[in-house]
Amino acid sequence: MRLISAKQPRLSLRKNKLKFSVTVTLKKDVLDPQGKVVQNTLQNLGMDNLKSIRQGKYFEIELNDNDQNKAEKKVNDMCKKLLANLIIEDYKVTKI
Amino acid sequence: MNSSVIVFPGSNCDRDIAVALEKLQFKNKMIWHKETKLPKSDLIVVPGGFSYGDYLRSGAIAGKSLIINEVIKAANEGCLVLGICNGFQILTETGLLRGALLRNKNLKFINKDINIKVINNDTKFSNKYKKNQILRINIAHNEGNYFTNPDHLKELTNENLIAFKYCNKNGDVNKDSNPNGSLENIAGIFNSKKNILGMMPHPERMVDNLISNTDGINLFSSLLN
Repeated sequence: MRLISAKQPRLSLRKNKLKFSVTVTLKKDVLDPQGKVVQNTLQNLGMDNLKSIRQGKYFEIELNDNDQNKAEKKVNDMCKKLLANLIIEDYKVTKI
Repeated sequence: MNSSVIVFPGSNCDRDIAVALEKLQFKNKMIWHKETKLPKSDLIVVPGGFSYGDYLRSGAIAGKSLIINEVIKAANEGCLVLGICNGFQILTETGLLRGALLRNKNLKFINKDINIKVINNDTKFSNKYKKNQILRINIAHNEGNYFTNPDHLKELTNENLIAFKYCNKNGDVNKDSNPNGSLENIAGIFNSKKNILGMMPHPERMVDNLISNTDGINLFSSLLN
């Protein structure tokens, strides 16, 4: 009995679900020492045509919404308020 | 003078700062991060250590915590606010101080005594120091590499908002005396009204000759002046 009642809301959520990915990277003029170390290591492994590496963060975000514009706006809001620090980072939102 | 020290899950310099403040007869209260009201305070300290595991970015989660709204409100009303180390990172995440603290250039956690130079001694936080005085002080951080945009950097210089710069024992501010890659060796800055100071070094660790030195004590006695 309990199992059934737990499943029902989940099914209804699935109908109105939108999924986005967010990539946060350091701005071009901000030094990325971690990316640099990864780059050097790959070059040491023989990847000599490697030009540059910038390290970043990746988020997958699901929203209970079926209005894509509204949902996308909300994800942008999340980026500005918390996920990215716009002084040092850029972000990119993609629908997945 | 009444002071409040904000305590986050992970703060570990909160006791040290309380000891320093009480040594100078501040009436201090410790305020847990879930509180929604601050007692009437002349000084609020956001201490060093960690906060909420420093997930996402150092200070990012603490910068959106319940108590921080009260800190922002008080700061905007002119209350003195001091952010040390993680506290500095938190204050930049709230927007009370501009700029950001990046990972140390050498990617290492640095814990050592270094030298800093007093750049502006004409503030509530630094009036007991001499201009260009060199202090021996401890740093302990992984993200202390101060960064800001070129316009703000100009503003910091032109309006005398740089509090301290890293230097060597002779007072030379250069690449070799920069421990973490910080822009222009910046170790601490003020907001434009100069009622908020954020700094990476730990003055609260320098208040007793028995364990270190007393180079930090004048920061607290300046506040009483």
